[in-house]
Amino acid sequence: MIRNITFSALAAFALAGGAMAAETGHTPIVEDFAFSFEGPFGTYDQAQLQRGLQVYTEVCASCHGLKYVTYRALGEEGGLGYSDREIRAYAGQFDIDDPETGDTRSRVPTDHFPSSQYEGAPDLSLMAKARAGFHGPYGLGINQFVKGMGGPEHIASILIGYTGEEKEEAGTTFYENTAFSTGWIAMPPPLSDGLVEYADGHPNDARQLSEDVSAFLMWTAEPKMMARKHTGFLAVVLLTLLSSLLYLTNKRIWAGVNGRKGHPAE
Amino acid sequence: MSGIPHDHYEPRTGGQKWLHSRLPIVGLMYDTIMLPTPKNLNWMWIWGIVLTFCLLLQIITGIVLVMHYTPHVDLAFASVEHIMRDVNGGYMLRYLHANGASLFFIAVYLHIFRGLFYGSYKAPREVTWIIGMLIYLAMMATAFMGYVLPWGQMSFWGATVITGLFGAIPGIGEPIQTWLLGGPAVDNATLNRFFSLHYLLPFVIAGLVGVHIWAFHTTGNNNPTGVEVRRTSKEEAERDTLPFWPYFVMKDLFALAVILLVFFAVVGFMPNYLGHPDNYLEANALATPAHIVPEWYFLPFYAILRAFTADVWVVQLANFVSFGLIDAKFFGVLAMFGAIAVMALAPWLDTSSVRSGRYRPMFKWWFALLCVDFMVLMWVGAMPAGGIYAWISLIASAYWFGYFLIILPLLGVIEKPLQQPATIEDDFAAHYGAANTTPAE
Repeated sequence: MIRNITFSALAAFALAGGAMAAETGHTPIVEDFAFSFEGPFGTYDQAQLQRGLQVYTEVCASCHGLKYVTYRALGEEGGLGYSDREIRAYAGQFDIDDPETGDTRSRVPTDHFPSSQYEGAPDLSLMAKARAGFHGPYGLGINQFVKGMGGPEHIASILIGYTGEEKEEAGTTFYENTAFSTGWIAMPPPLSDGLVEYADGHPNDARQLSEDVSAFLMWTAEPKMMARKHTGFLAVVLLTLLSSLLYLTNKRIWAGVNGRKGHPAE
Repeated sequence: MSGIPHDHYEPRTGGQKWLHSRLPIVGLMYDTIMLPTPKNLNWMWIWGIVLTFCLLLQIITGIVLVMHYTPHVDLAFASVEHIMRDVNGGYMLRYLHANGASLFFIAVYLHIFRGLFYGSYKAPREVTWIIGMLIYLAMMATAFMGYVLPWGQMSFWGATVITGLFGAIPGIGEPIQTWLLGGPAVDNATLNRFFSLHYLLPFVIAGLVGVHIWAFHTTGNNNPTGVEVRRTSKEEAERDTLPFWPYFVMKDLFALAVILLVFFAVVGFMPNYLGHPDNYLEANALATPAHIVPEWYFLPFYAILRAFTADVWVVQLANFVSFGLIDAKFFGVLAMFGAIAVMALAPWLDTSSVRSGRYRPMFKWWFALLCVDFMVLMWVGAMPAGGIYAWISLIASAYWFGYFLIILPLLGVIEKPLQQPATIEDDFAAHYGAANTTPAE
């Protein structure tokens, strides 16, 4: 099975070289960032998620939304870890038209983040899972499997991928971006060095801001990642134990029949 | 029930006799669990238990997921996110269900290819094989409809493309497509009926699995030698077989535990690896994805569907002979279903008197090539249509049909098979050395 996969993979490389690039005329360049949550034991860096939320709030949120994320999730374990009071204060900055009373009120922890402000700005809740930075080359998923590359890499690469070139088409300005699928993106460069001031004085060049907000968006897409990995780890340990016991049981049961494995049963 | 002579359940106490004369259910369970099983079965015979486990896993996780899911075009996607974020353990349920489908198909493909290599489809097991193929078809229908339910981009566009296949049938195609969709396009009516059928079909599969097991319990298992269990006396049969319990139950459970170890590693550490990222974008009828790709387990047949384009001479010939009734699209649909049909007909296409591929020197190589062919089809199905990929998929599709329609019938005539062992006992002894042949108590 594995040999077959390897074989077809090799055949694929040999036969298809360069075909993908020729198709769109642009090969997106997605850089491999070393995020803390990669690999089976990777965890979210709480301080980084909090910085990312700040970048999101001060920059991204002016156009984009996070409609699937609730404020109360900011207090969940394995995430940003804010206290109830901090969440209440954060949510309270934003207004919502209450559908029940018809009045405008400030948001509470059970409310969701606002949706996108503009049609053209997609909701970012799931963007870190919806971007296929990880399925290349040739759809074999090698980047994800070997390097742990995924949507966050794609987002961060877009944020730092601007070349400075612009063009206008049908009244819309497009900005050249090495990481975007077509090479030209409608979003103006959102980040620059020092655009967001971190309270703890953490470095805030454009690259750092991109990484932080990408990590935050990974959390919005997969808030239960740490619990999931923990469960996965526990399952693997328990199943290793179970497999070992079943192996020994099986060996003992068969010992009387094939006469060579283990001790013959009494 | 079984053709292999063995001990049957004897009710002893008054209560047992009372029940047995009214409903012999204990006897049925005894005969099922104590089925004489060829003792030389290798590790490729474990997939049945894995498949049974998958069916149970999918039904159980599915029933709980339904408690939190909303089948409506405006709410379905958000309700899946609700499961992922708010339902206790919901993310695990959903990832188990989604990856469970992948494990189900990995197991079914290995199970099918096991059967193809060891000639498990041959007489007297044709009915088992045909029912297996029906289970496989029902699995594909279930998986396809299940993939539509999260109402992501690939859900929507996959449904649009696949139901569009029915539209390719000349004349009656479009009314059939409209009838299937419940309207002119994939919409709320489609989502609701797919939801209903996705819940129903697993129970149909469970029923078919029962018949599948009944059928092979009647004929007895095939085994790696393809040599039948001796049935002239119980003593002889016992030298070729061991009861299913405990020998094969424990062996299968060990294998299942190892497979689940890998499965849980995937679910825990990379649950989206086998999924398509675009399905994390909500369905949008106005934005067509750049490449519409089905789930990995459909890719080989999807590749066959796309392989036969209008510039292929076979398609042109079919078009000419049928006076234009069969166009390239319809030909592709016929080829896709035909690819499964030829596999289902393997019992009658294979002319060799030898069952197991182990004793067929030429068959072995053609079969190995078929395995490679299947992987190539799977890979090319995910690639964009056209260019070099069109050629690869055409050649690979041709080999798939060639294997079943030309190679299998011919090999039976021209191949000189190797010497088979006289009995299963001989094969087992050759493998383990002639040892103590009485089962452990």
